[in-house]
Amino acid sequence: MKILVPIKRVPDPYGRIRLTSDGSIDASDIKWVINPFDEIALEEAVRIREQGAEVEIVAVIIGEAVCEEQLRTALAMGADRGIFVEFNSPADPGIISFLLAAVFKSVNPDIVLMGKQGIDDDFSQTGQRLAARLNLPQATFASKIEIVSNGSAARVAREVDAGRETLEVKLPAVITTDLRLNEPRYVALPAIIKARSKPVNRVNTSEYGSIPALQISVIKREVPLPRKGGRKVGSVDELITALRDEAKVIA
Amino acid sequence: MKRLLIVAETDGVKILPSTLPTMTFAQLWSKEAGGAFDLLVIGGSDIQQALGEWQNFGAETIFISSSAELAHFTADRAAIVALQVMKQSGADSLAGPSSTFGRDILPRIAGLCDLPMVSDVLSVVLAGDSLTFKRPTFAGNVITTVQIAGDCGVYSVRGTAFGKPEVVTTVSAIAPIDINFEDLPTGTTWISLDSPEQNRPDVTNARVVVTGGRPLRDADTYEKLIGGLADKLGGATGATRAAVDSGIALNESQVGQTGKVVAPELYIAAGVSGSVQHIAGMKESKVIVAINTDSDAPIFEIADFGLIADLHQALPELISKL
Repeated sequence: MKILVPIKRVPDPYGRIRLTSDGSIDASDIKWVINPFDEIALEEAVRIREQGAEVEIVAVIIGEAVCEEQLRTALAMGADRGIFVEFNSPADPGIISFLLAAVFKSVNPDIVLMGKQGIDDDFSQTGQRLAARLNLPQATFASKIEIVSNGSAARVAREVDAGRETLEVKLPAVITTDLRLNEPRYVALPAIIKARSKPVNRVNTSEYGSIPALQISVIKREVPLPRKGGRKVGSVDELITALRDEAKVIA
Repeated sequence: MKRLLIVAETDGVKILPSTLPTMTFAQLWSKEAGGAFDLLVIGGSDIQQALGEWQNFGAETIFISSSAELAHFTADRAAIVALQVMKQSGADSLAGPSSTFGRDILPRIAGLCDLPMVSDVLSVVLAGDSLTFKRPTFAGNVITTVQIAGDCGVYSVRGTAFGKPEVVTTVSAIAPIDINFEDLPTGTTWISLDSPEQNRPDVTNARVVVTGGRPLRDADTYEKLIGGLADKLGGATGATRAAVDSGIALNESQVGQTGKVVAPELYIAAGVSGSVQHIAGMKESKVIVAINTDSDAPIFEIADFGLIADLHQALPELISKL
């Protein structure tokens, strides 16, 4: 079985995002990491391999040269080989899903396992668009994945607003991961060193024909005004009075 | 011609209230873009009987795709149904709620039609000749204004950003549509849905939300204190990710960037420190109350009323005095 794990380089979710005076993201003291949801996807791929089946894990990243850092981390986390698609223009889910579809065709995986969204743009589109382009089944927001029917299908529990939905998808399929699927393990130093010798295939996007035009362009970014705090109340009684007489939200 | 198709969120039996803000969005879109809109309802055999008020929100036509086979539809099948209706009605744009339902199916349709998609729309404005949209990025810490290439797009609508739709005097026409089931993909099989028994309002459309964090310690205490206060106020229960992860509260109650986004009239956070991710899911609430022992907790910076107290004492007192 082959699992393709697309990953994205994003700012550390625990860092603070600042804008420069021209409204772009201030990258001066950002720590860059693998998108946390993609990390969960990688971890899940490793766990599927640990269950005993023969599994090759291929990590792919699309972006500027600096992205290779996150691809190396993915190799340290357990991917067997990497694909680096250098792409230096602004991208949106339409473009990324196009490029991933091209990668899919060259790798021929049984599963594409990827984060449900990037924590930077928060689009939550790429996996679904990829599945649509390839006409594959999709199972989004996975909180449990079981390979069934001798590796020809996956049973996926999904976190939906109403509860927990279970689907069975024929493979190949695209599965996007939610937070509760697993907790990624800590990467030990020997794995990082070993990852340096794992193969990375560099791809030039000219191999993929003409790339679709950007469909979504950013006009402006702004940091919303922080919500103003109110005041402290000294007791439960004072709180009840404030909610009833001042805010008028309780009777 | 500009025409928008709204994909209603249904549970297979009826249209869910999560679709209401999308109707409001469609009314605004219609004013800004100058086009008409229709509604698509996909569900089981009886769904036609549940239209009621949905005929009064200005949709020209309500397309109904009802069949026992669609009582539990999957994204790949629903996307093909939506495509067929777009072809039939002449719709060139699409909208739906940015719930897990909309986030699953809308990007798939956008992918099939190769349309730009704006996720989590907060507002729509015509600027010059083109529509611009505001949407949250970086967990709501940056609001980004985007423009789409061309006139047509797919929009998932952030429920908390749009109010109730206007009721209009015209009544939507109803058009059942025929689906050739042999045209629908068969790669996905729906197996089951486990929904916890819920006798409280849904957290996304409740007037009051009472949320608990890890200091609640266990599920029984959570139910007694958070559930107890929610019941006193006719509200819903919410939880932090930490509370859900430690088994104190159910998944469905998680409020935050990766959980549900809520904007009730009253939000009471007890034992919630206020992580960036949690605040992203509730900061639009009208009135926020924080109860926490730690006076430095970030939740106090956004709370209208803060009470520095141990929730194990404050909540029983609050419940008994309300």
